[in-house]
Amino acid sequence: MSTPTETRPTSADTEPPRDRTRLVRGSLPRWAPWATLAGAALLAAVPTVVATGFSLIFFALCLALCYVAGIFLWSRSVEGTRKAADRAFTAVVTSAFALALTPLVSVVITVVSKGVQRFDTEFFTHSMRGVVGAGGGAYHAIVGTLITSGLATLMSVPIGLCTAIYLVEYGRGRLARGITFFVDVMTGIPSIVAGLFAYALFTLVFGPGTVNGFSGAIALSVLMIPIVVRSSEEMIKIVPDDLREAAFALGTPKWKVILRVVLPTAVAGISTGVTLAVARVVGETAPLLIAAGTTASTNFNPFSGQMATLSVFSYYEYASPGVPPEPYLERAWTAALTLMAIVMVLNLLARSFSLLFAPKTRS
Amino acid sequence: MAKHIEVRDLNIYYGSFRAVRDVSMTIHPCAITALIGPSGCGKSTYLRALNRMHELVPAARVEGEVVMDDQDLYAPGMDPVEVRKHVGMVFQRPNPFPTMSVYDNVAAGLRLNHGRMRKSEMDGIVEESLRGANLWEEVKDRLDKPGSGLSGGQQQRLCIARAIAVKPDVLLMDEPCSALDPISTHAIEDLMAELKENYTIVIVTHNMQQAARVSNYTGFFNIGGTGEPGELVEIDETPKIFSTPAHTSTEEYISGRFG
Repeated sequence: MSTPTETRPTSADTEPPRDRTRLVRGSLPRWAPWATLAGAALLAAVPTVVATGFSLIFFALCLALCYVAGIFLWSRSVEGTRKAADRAFTAVVTSAFALALTPLVSVVITVVSKGVQRFDTEFFTHSMRGVVGAGGGAYHAIVGTLITSGLATLMSVPIGLCTAIYLVEYGRGRLARGITFFVDVMTGIPSIVAGLFAYALFTLVFGPGTVNGFSGAIALSVLMIPIVVRSSEEMIKIVPDDLREAAFALGTPKWKVILRVVLPTAVAGISTGVTLAVARVVGETAPLLIAAGTTASTNFNPFSGQMATLSVFSYYEYASPGVPPEPYLERAWTAALTLMAIVMVLNLLARSFSLLFAPKTRS
Repeated sequence: MAKHIEVRDLNIYYGSFRAVRDVSMTIHPCAITALIGPSGCGKSTYLRALNRMHELVPAARVEGEVVMDDQDLYAPGMDPVEVRKHVGMVFQRPNPFPTMSVYDNVAAGLRLNHGRMRKSEMDGIVEESLRGANLWEEVKDRLDKPGSGLSGGQQQRLCIARAIAVKPDVLLMDEPCSALDPISTHAIEDLMAELKENYTIVIVTHNMQQAARVSNYTGFFNIGGTGEPGELVEIDETPKIFSTPAHTSTEEYISGRFG
């Protein structure tokens, strides 16, 4: 079917011949994807039922394959190769998205359905002091999580932000390259190593077996600093040099340019980065297990005595339940749900920060 | 206010590369000096050397003298920050601070340099600067709106207002109209004609009609070849440069025969 004027023989072989002076191409109706999906579902159902009874995973796989093949062939016969490829790749990307979303949705459903039983007032107002079996709550763990994460943030943000400012605005040569390298290395530290570091540090300074909330905060900040440095560095880098020059040309000293022009312009991105860094470390378990320990009662003092945290609490309740195990498992799931809620709130906060502080162009 | 600048044997380097060679010129007070020449001939580099802005590029350095009313800007001990307070600059692309309102943009120079100031005093300077930049009538009702919400031409005049609010002696303009439409360009040219009553103005431009229209003196920069440093071919009164230039290369450039 090839026409002699066609320069690309592959597409000429597969496309119907057409009048080259006409710019109009055929197009599928709007409902075509849905119709194809329905057809693919019917088609996929047959081998699924025959081969496996009914396996959802197998069905989804067949469905995706049938849909991609179906929409590609149909579109090619009507719209041509380019649009057919577009539709096929749209389908592939959408499937990949659905695949990536599956574990996330599954985790959310599992945690919410199992955690909601104990999501009650007692859980948020009582510690585990003197509780055996049912009842009790995670008040002590929530307090511990807030204290350790809060202290870690207080330590990491100034250090991380100052490092980022140094790297972008001042750093030249070996020192800057060295810092960048070690920040990269720190990003890759396994969290258990950060916990061991804090434990070893406190053992060296205050004697063996010193386990408290502050030690946990140190471990978390080891994990948090590189994240803050990286995100702040990127945000400070994208502040246009035009603005720095404009400020310098007014006779402004460099430190004021950074403080009054660069940082305000980048503050939306920096605060988003910091919030996401907090969200990242708030769910850490291993370092807190080692450095902050666990306890059944509420401890407000991060410098003395062990401190329970949500993730560690959840871990212990699940790993070593009492008899009967049900109340322990329920508490573990609710602790996980609470942690997830905290992370979600932090993410929403990050979003609103970036909206709130972003430079406004519309009046 | 307006100051006289004497440049002697100025050489500008980026590392080991010499970008501008042996420039000597007199910049007259209360007049507009235009610098023209092909791209890459070092006009902007030279302009930025006049308020030590080029030092922001690592490894850039300068040899020679830039004497402003008996003070060599490159003498040891001169503070580049102080120099820039006296020699203001307007850039090619309008660059108002995006986090600040119209008012705050104009007040930025004062706030960044002088710290606290009485509100009434600040209001006076902001209005005076915006009037000076022919922008007051257009923005007086939206001083608290973001500066980046203005049109391109208004933004550029806002940047000029910001530059003159700190009351410099000299105003450097690096192709201030190249990103603007003819109407905004006209507004800025009118403004320059008013500003030269009180300021020494140096403008780099690619638009020779603009140089002929607004300037009192015109300097022509040229470049020997790729990798060669740029140099000042000649500088003279604008009518002379555009009618009977001393060098053939100047005549060729302004008549459009090369470059």
